[in-house]
Amino acid sequence: MLAAPVTVPYVRYSIRAAHWWLARALSSLLEASRLRKQDIDGLTISSFTLAPDTAIGLTQHLGVSPRWLDHIPLGGASGVVALRRAARAVQAGDADIVACIGGDTNHVDSFRLTLANFSQFARDAVYPYGAGGPNASFAFLTAHYMQRYGATREDFGKLCVAQRANALKYPHALFKKPLSMEEYLAARPIAEPLHLFDCVMPCAGAEGFLVLTEGRARSLGLPCIRLKATIERHNAFASDPVQIRAGWALDRDDLYAQAQCEPGDIDFVETYDDYPVISLMQLEDLGFCEKGEGPAFVRKHTFTHDGSFPLNTSGGQLSVGQAGAGGGFLGMVEAIRQLTGQAGARAVKDAKLGLVSGFGMINYDRGLGSGAAILAASQA
Amino acid sequence: MQRPKRKNPVLRTRLPTLPPAARSRVALGLTAAAALGRFELQQCRECGTVQYPPREACQKCLSVRLDWKPQPPGGELIAQTVLHHSNDLFFRERLPWRLGLVKLDCGPMVVAHLHAAAKGKVLARAMLDRAGQAVIVALPYKENGDMADDRQLREFTCDPQHRKILVADGKTAVGQALVQGFAKSGAEIIWVGYAEPWKKFAGFDELEKIPQVTLVPLDVTDSKNVKELAAEIAGKVDIVVNNAEHHRTFGISNRQGVETARAEMDVNYLGLLRLAQEFGPAMRSRGADGAASAVAWVNLLSVYALANFPPHGTFSASKAAAHSLAQCLRAEMRPAGVRVVNVFPGPIDDEWNQLLPPPKIAPAALAKSIVAALREGIEDVYPGDVAQEWLERWRDNPKALEREISA
Repeated sequence: MLAAPVTVPYVRYSIRAAHWWLARALSSLLEASRLRKQDIDGLTISSFTLAPDTAIGLTQHLGVSPRWLDHIPLGGASGVVALRRAARAVQAGDADIVACIGGDTNHVDSFRLTLANFSQFARDAVYPYGAGGPNASFAFLTAHYMQRYGATREDFGKLCVAQRANALKYPHALFKKPLSMEEYLAARPIAEPLHLFDCVMPCAGAEGFLVLTEGRARSLGLPCIRLKATIERHNAFASDPVQIRAGWALDRDDLYAQAQCEPGDIDFVETYDDYPVISLMQLEDLGFCEKGEGPAFVRKHTFTHDGSFPLNTSGGQLSVGQAGAGGGFLGMVEAIRQLTGQAGARAVKDAKLGLVSGFGMINYDRGLGSGAAILAASQA
Repeated sequence: MQRPKRKNPVLRTRLPTLPPAARSRVALGLTAAAALGRFELQQCRECGTVQYPPREACQKCLSVRLDWKPQPPGGELIAQTVLHHSNDLFFRERLPWRLGLVKLDCGPMVVAHLHAAAKGKVLARAMLDRAGQAVIVALPYKENGDMADDRQLREFTCDPQHRKILVADGKTAVGQALVQGFAKSGAEIIWVGYAEPWKKFAGFDELEKIPQVTLVPLDVTDSKNVKELAAEIAGKVDIVVNNAEHHRTFGISNRQGVETARAEMDVNYLGLLRLAQEFGPAMRSRGADGAASAVAWVNLLSVYALANFPPHGTFSASKAAAHSLAQCLRAEMRPAGVRVVNVFPGPIDDEWNQLLPPPKIAPAALAKSIVAALREGIEDVYPGDVAQEWLERWRDNPKALEREISA
C-alpha cells in the first residue's frame, strides 16, 4: 500500500543543500503519518545533488537507523523503481514502513554542473556539442517524431496548455499564470523544434510517500492506495537509431495482466513529462493508442483533470517545475492524492484506477530507464 | 567568405573562452586520431563491432580488446536541431548553433556539430575544437566551393583566409613555398622574416612582388630583434609559422667542439623560445578576436625529433628539444584556443640532405601540407610518404625504430 503523499514546496533557486530538502520531506512524512522517526525502518533516496553523499551518508545526517536502505539514482524512473523495491521489501518482511523520497536542491549554477557531469557518455559525446543538455537530445527526438508521425507544435502545445490549466489548481506549482496556445507558439526557441514551454524548468524541491502493509496503514488511520501492477526496464530497443519508444512497449502486456485491467479502465495517467514528446511516446507505448497515433490521440482529448483523458493532473513537471530526482516522484505523489481524495479542486471524478509512469536518464542520445505502476483506490 | 570588417581598435577585445574540455581517458582516442586528421572509432578485436561513444568494453561481446581503427566517414543525417540556448559560455557567445544526429554507415549514432549545408548523406570528420579536444563534425557529402566558410566550421579550423601571418624565415625554399601557399589561400597580410636585411637572397624579388607580403628583419637568435618585431606586429598576427632552422650534418664523433650544436640549438630550440615569449602573450589575448582571430602557431620540426638520426645527430637533438618546448607552448596556448601545429617532415629535398637517398619531400609539397593542415584543423602533421611511414613505425614500436634508424 502507498500512503502519506508529501511535497516540500518548490522554489526556483535554493541556497540549501539537497540534504535540507530530503530532511524536510522525511519530516513531512512523519507529520503526515504521525509516526516517530524510529518507526520508519526502510528508506529509499533519489537525488542528483546529494553528492558526495548517498543514501547511507544521509542516515547519519538525519539520525535514522533503517534496517533496509536503497539509493536509487535512476532520475525520472526513480519514483516507480523506489515503489517497486519498497513494496518487495515490505512484502518480504525486510521492512515494515519504507519512506521513499526524491528531491534536489537547485543553486544558481548547479544545473550547468549537473549537465556537465551527468554521465560519461554525456561528458564525452554530448556536453562538448553546445552544452545543451537534455534540450539538445530531446530536440532530436522531437524533430524526428514530428517528421515521422506528423506531429505538429500545436499537438505538443495542447498538452502543455492543458497541464497548465491543471497546475492552476495545484498549490505547489511554480507556474501560476494560465498559458494560451498563442503564448505557447510565440515562445522563444531553445533548441529547435523545442521552444520555451516545451522544456522543464529546473528547481529545488522534494517529494515523498510511504510504502507499508494494508494492516499497518489501517491501524495508523492513513488513507492509502493499492499497488496493482508495476514494470521496469532499462536500455530497451537499443538498436532503434532514434528513440521512438522505450521499455513500456516491451512490458505493457505484463503490466495490464498483473493488474487484470485494460488501458480503457484507467481513470487518469501521470506520465513523466520533462518534454511533451515523451508523454506522447508513453501514451503510445502504454497502449492508449497505437505507435504513431499520438498526434491523433492528442487532437481527440482535452487532458484536463475534468475533461476526457485526465493527464498529469497536478500540471506535470512542465507546469510545476522539475525538482531534479523529485520529478520522478511528482506523478506518484499526485496519483496517491487523487486516489485518496486529497486532490482538492483538481480531483478526477470517481477516480478508481491511475497509471503512473517514469522515464529516466538521458545518458547519451536517449532515455534509458522506463517504468510504470497501476494504482488503485483501496476500496477498489 | 566576405573579408571581415576592420576592427574598431577602441572597442574591447573579447576574451577567449573554450568549449567544454573534460573527457574520460578512453575518449581521448578520438582526440589522438583527430590530431592527425584521421577518423577513427573503437572497434572490437573479437567481434568487429564499431562503437561510439567510447567505452571500456565492447557493448556486444564485452571484450576489452578494443582498437581505434579508421572508419568509413559516411552517414545519414537523421535529425537536426539549432540551439538558441546554452549553459556554456563558449557556445552562448556563438548561438545559434547547429547540431545533427547522424547514423554512421559503420553502425553507431553520433551527435555532431552540423555544417550549414549538410543534409541527407553526410561525411563525419573528427576535428579538434578550440579546447584541443576531438569532436565530430558532419559535413556535406560532396565538397562545395565555399564549404570552409561555414561559421561553425571555422571554429574548428585555422583557415589562412583573411588572416595575418608571420613566416619567420623567407630565405629558405620551404619558407618561400609557404608564402606562395598562404597568398593563394587568401591571407590578408604575410610578414616574411629574413635574418640579414642588408643583402638580398635568391627569391627575394619574387616574394616582394606578392601584394600581401611585407618583408621584415627577423633573426630568431637575436632577442632584441625578436622583441622589436613583436612590439610592432605581435598584436596583429593570427598565425605564426616558425620555420627558421639551422641544419648541419654529423653526430658526436665526427665533429670537434660544440659550436655547431650550439648554433642549431640557438635557432631550432631557443629561436622558438624567443618567438614564443614575445609573440605568445599577444596572441593569447586575441584568441576570440572576431572572425579572423589569432588561431595557430606552426612549428617546423622533423621526424628526427621522435627518434635520433645519428648521421644528423645534433640536429635531431635540437629538434627533439624544440618538440618538447612546443608541447609546453601548446599547453600554454590552449586556454586561448590558439592551436599549436607541429610539423614532422622526413628529409626535405634541400642542400643539407644532399647525401640522403630519395624519397625526400619537396619544399612545395611540404608547404602544401602545412596549408592543408591549417585548413583541416590538424595538429600533428606528418607530410608525405616518408614521414607517414616513420609515424607508423614509431607508433608500432619506438624501440624498433631507434634500432632501425641507427643501423
